[in-house]
Amino acid sequence: MSTLEIRGLTASVAGKQILNGIDLTISSGEVHAVMGPNGDGKSTLSAVVMGKPGYTVTGGKVLLDGVDMLALPTWERAAAGLHLVMQYPTEVPGVTLDAVLTEALKDRGRSADVGSLASQLHTEAARINFDEKFLDRPLNVDLSGGEKKRNETLQLAVLKPKIAILDELDSGLDIDALRDCARRVMDATREDGLGALVITHYSRLLEELRPSRIHILVKGRIVESGGPELADVLERDGYAAFTPADSSSADAVSGDYLAGL
Amino acid sequence: MPVLTPDMVRSTGASWTEVRRAAAERAAVAPFPTTDAEHWRYSRIDELSLADFSPAAAPSTISGPTDHVTRIDGEGSAAPANLASLFDDSADASALELFAALNLANMDVIVVSVPANTVVSEPIVITHDFTESARAYFPRVVVDAGPNSEVTVVERFVSGDARILVVPALDVRTAQSARVRYLSINELGPASWLIGEQHSVGQRDSDTLLATVALGGDYSRVSTAARVVGQGGNTRQVALYFAGGTQMHDFRTLQEHAAPRTTSDLLFKGAVQDTAKSVYTGLIKIHKDAKGSSAFQTNRNLTLSHGAWAESVPNLDIETNDVKCSHASTVGPIDEEQLFYLESRGVRPDVAERLVVLGFFDEVLAQLPVGELAQPLRAKVAAKLNVGEKA
Repeated sequence: MSTLEIRGLTASVAGKQILNGIDLTISSGEVHAVMGPNGDGKSTLSAVVMGKPGYTVTGGKVLLDGVDMLALPTWERAAAGLHLVMQYPTEVPGVTLDAVLTEALKDRGRSADVGSLASQLHTEAARINFDEKFLDRPLNVDLSGGEKKRNETLQLAVLKPKIAILDELDSGLDIDALRDCARRVMDATREDGLGALVITHYSRLLEELRPSRIHILVKGRIVESGGPELADVLERDGYAAFTPADSSSADAVSGDYLAGL
Repeated sequence: MPVLTPDMVRSTGASWTEVRRAAAERAAVAPFPTTDAEHWRYSRIDELSLADFSPAAAPSTISGPTDHVTRIDGEGSAAPANLASLFDDSADASALELFAALNLANMDVIVVSVPANTVVSEPIVITHDFTESARAYFPRVVVDAGPNSEVTVVERFVSGDARILVVPALDVRTAQSARVRYLSINELGPASWLIGEQHSVGQRDSDTLLATVALGGDYSRVSTAARVVGQGGNTRQVALYFAGGTQMHDFRTLQEHAAPRTTSDLLFKGAVQDTAKSVYTGLIKIHKDAKGSSAFQTNRNLTLSHGAWAESVPNLDIETNDVKCSHASTVGPIDEEQLFYLESRGVRPDVAERLVVLGFFDEVLAQLPVGELAQPLRAKVAAKLNVGEKA
């Protein structure tokens, strides 16, 4: 059983405060969704947790099973069991999937998995309808949006992290690819006890990835957390009800609203 | 303008002796280049003292099929008339630049002459292993591919620790519908200088590939002029160059289109580490009557250390509107996003850097004329890379 705890996390980008105190806890086998309007900090959250350059943590903690992730370089966070499925996976010319996974597994001390990597890749590719011809391509180069996300999902399946953050898994891919990827992630939560933090701004994704908890991230804060029914509220009424700030009555409105759920 | 001159080597002579003598006269009066001249602008030419070197015969060995290979060594070989004709393009010996003249005056020539409709199926490999310090060497390779013939030539430059100057020349003539693949491999030692010139002329529907892998040398400079003079002709130029320590690699290229519907494609990829330097200067020149031609030029450079320096200077000279032309050039460190992507999978930063740099070069290695050489050359790049565990 593993647990990722995010406590009072604040962070800035280029001097601008984006995260204003995020609190989240997710454990093995769970699926949580973080939903919110674009530009309010969802992708920043995933970048900061993974240690992407250009983001400055100004306060708070990120603990995986009690170990301070913020003190570790990115690769050690990954080796410790954190994983990020990127919204826009980076193209890395000339570097193949098996080269990267070989190194990644070696650095985790999983030499047995290195030996069986080729067969794992074929099995996993078939499972998510990822054309085997893409296995030999340089990472993400000339792949369609759907193929890139299948590629990301394939890596997740082979690396078997404890907790994965899926940043906008649904952007840039068709409904078939979405279903293939989402189902594989759900399988991982059951088979490998993966904890999945799903970042999205559409509830469509949540028809496939069934979260037990939904957190609403607005202006750098989790303004509301609840069960799956929260997604239905969002679908019906949008984020406006959860947007504090500008109008003085906003807080009261959202408070009343949620009190009635 | 002696640099990037489109013509093949010129001489006045009809015999080798005359060619040499005319060139020697020219060399004796040719001005020593300075970095004030645009052609030598970023070079280290001011560090070179010709007096430190005495000419010597190029120690060259040839492997692979030798049916069509002729050597013309030393002084005054009686040249077959058809070979001498290779050099009679122009009578203007006075226009020869110093190093071109020095090569002609002292050259040891290897001629690969492939008759029409002949396919040489195995690569011809020429190795120059320069061992004696304080010597200057002047190898010249002539590839004369007859109509609809095909040949692959690999030329390797090796020198150990010897302090030498090598001034090589390459002449490629690709006749109608012929295919020439040429690969130059520079594995010179750290005390060697190379100042070379390459010229190719492609006739109608010909296909010429000029490839370079440069890892060695203290200062190494190659000027390449690839001309297409027959319609439908094509040239490709690819290069991998990687300088470390205090090395400098210096490339000048010309893609010249002098006939309609000709194509050229150039991909030069380099990296510099430590305090090494590299320069790429490239020109696409399209003549007025080269309508319907397309020319592409891409130069990408990785600077792997703060003290390393790379320069890229692309140029276009286009005299007709009916062309497709593009050039792209970049100089910079390894892409941070690429590193983050690999590290977020759990790959160590140093290993991630190695993967990205080797991946960067794979695009060139995949296009080398002799596929079997890609893997050993990749291993040499990996061994030279000052980051991460060595392969």
